[in-house]
Amino acid sequence: MEFGLSKEHLLLREMFRKFSQTEVKPLAAEIDEEERFPTETVEKLKRFGFLGIPFPKEYGGQGGDYLAYAMAVEELSKVCGSTGVIVSAHTSLGAAPIYESGTEAQKQKYLVPLAKGELLGAFGLTEPAAGTDAGGQQTKAVLDGDHYILNGTKIFITNGGHADVFIIFAMTDKAQGTKGISAFIVEKSFPGFSIGKKEKKMGIRASSTCELVMEDCIVPKENLLGREGEGFKIAMKTLDGGRIGIAAQALGIGEGAVEETIHYVRERKQFSKRIAQFQNTQFQLADMHSKMAACQLMVYKAACAKQAKEPYSDLAAMAKLLASETASDVARRAVQLFGGYGYTREYPVERMMRDAKITEIYEGTSEVQKMVIASALKIN
Amino acid sequence: MKIVVCVKQVPDTTEVKLDPVKGTLIREGIPSIINPDDKAGIEAALQIKEMLPGSTVEILSMGPAQADVALREALAMGADKATLLSDRAFSGADTWATSSTIAAALKKMEFDLIICGRQAIDGDTAQVGPQIAEHLGLPQISYVEEVVSVTEEKITVKRQFEDRYHIVEATYPCLITTLSELNKPRYMSVGGIFDAYREKSVTLWNLESVKDTISMENIGLQGSPTRVIKSFTKQAKGKGVVHEVDADEAVSIIVEKLAEKFFI
Repeated sequence: MEFGLSKEHLLLREMFRKFSQTEVKPLAAEIDEEERFPTETVEKLKRFGFLGIPFPKEYGGQGGDYLAYAMAVEELSKVCGSTGVIVSAHTSLGAAPIYESGTEAQKQKYLVPLAKGELLGAFGLTEPAAGTDAGGQQTKAVLDGDHYILNGTKIFITNGGHADVFIIFAMTDKAQGTKGISAFIVEKSFPGFSIGKKEKKMGIRASSTCELVMEDCIVPKENLLGREGEGFKIAMKTLDGGRIGIAAQALGIGEGAVEETIHYVRERKQFSKRIAQFQNTQFQLADMHSKMAACQLMVYKAACAKQAKEPYSDLAAMAKLLASETASDVARRAVQLFGGYGYTREYPVERMMRDAKITEIYEGTSEVQKMVIASALKIN
Repeated sequence: MKIVVCVKQVPDTTEVKLDPVKGTLIREGIPSIINPDDKAGIEAALQIKEMLPGSTVEILSMGPAQADVALREALAMGADKATLLSDRAFSGADTWATSSTIAAALKKMEFDLIICGRQAIDGDTAQVGPQIAEHLGLPQISYVEEVVSVTEEKITVKRQFEDRYHIVEATYPCLITTLSELNKPRYMSVGGIFDAYREKSVTLWNLESVKDTISMENIGLQGSPTRVIKSFTKQAKGKGVVHEVDADEAVSIIVEKLAEKFFI
């Protein structure tokens, strides 16, 4: 059992950390305040290869692995949860389904530019009436000659307002239930496709979360991803992988909160002492750090299992469940250690607390993770 | 064009802290980095490679086995090849022995342009680059703050002086030493890091590899004429006071301070 990182991954971590600290951290508070998608950062992410880490070079990727990808999301999220999820949604939800289920032609046309970062990806499954019950899709797709016609609305789509390519799920045969759902690769320029309202959110406010509207949207037949009726399977498989990204995001947010708190308690004085000298502070931070370290092992294990093509669905669900709930708890405790200053926007921990909450909700709520884990345990 | 960049792995002195009790440097846990002036040299070489397609960038370093990571970093930034000169016999070298050893390795390599950083942040001598040029009988331009132009025939640079600059050009082969102000070195790319470990390699050279181009009297501690008489830890000065005031007030504050210390 190997627990140490390879030299390669150590160097990657150094680069991810330096990039995050220098290029991402200075913008984090501003883009949160302005609810502004950081296009300038995305351009840099593209230049240094953050947008195609686990994909092979022949498909425009960096020829890396899922551990490196998780580490990148972790380091970015330590300083900015919004930037972390831009990479996660693009990689795991936008590009990965094409890599895993696409034809060679689809990979050449879409995966190559996505992995190079020339195009940004997103994933459209959730609908107003189909959240956790993703099988209840209302969006319809009807085959008409050489194209499908899509009608329906998707909501809460991460990267929605800035993505170029979307993986959209729609019913092709309602009578078949979840086996009647199909997946499509939809370009933002396709006729009948438009971006609806942008959500105003509690956290990850710089991430673009939008509604997608399809009104007689014309999608070429060759953009069907997988076969008709395979959509639900593709969606579930994609979300299994996506959970590693979100778990890594949660991990980063929690670790970032610990780092900020350590820095703060060394400076802050009360009762003529630095608050770092109080045992409560030390015990709180020891506890917070230990819990994040445990989450890191879970996240890395899930990432390595996916890389090794071992079953990882329950590992990813456990990693996300633990990392997201721990990050929320740790960020909340960080705010408490900061006291009144922690509640102000002058310090980053209130943002981290807001950002952490979403990781318990999207790409499957904590309850969904428990369903996945329970099902792997074959309890029922 | 063939470019060789000489680099040194150094402790990140910006991270070095003083032990307040003993007054000594705390070296434990201090990360090692590529010397900043040398890193600017790598970036300059990579920019030249982009301007003159077909050029190659090779990295050369002398140091212990741990310096491998500095070379991998250079490879991950985009360098093509890397060689590490490492042998117990080389250890304890001062600038003379270091430059002699590196020059011996360079005699076995092909180059048009050699780039060295001006000086290392741990030694601050600024001697190794110029000495290499002397050993090899090459023209040299030190303190390069800007590369004005570069062609397959010659390089034109701005050389920093205290109160002016010189525009100097040299035909190849030649050696330049670069300042960290020259450019902002690029990040390693993710794919570059994978390539640095999976597809590229660091060639290891030891004494055996260079013994026909160097005299044994010029290597390691024995080959180092420098004798250190005394070394001491510089006392950390107290934090200065920053006054954000207009010129008139600034003058009176300065005059007051100078008078206080009996300079005037």
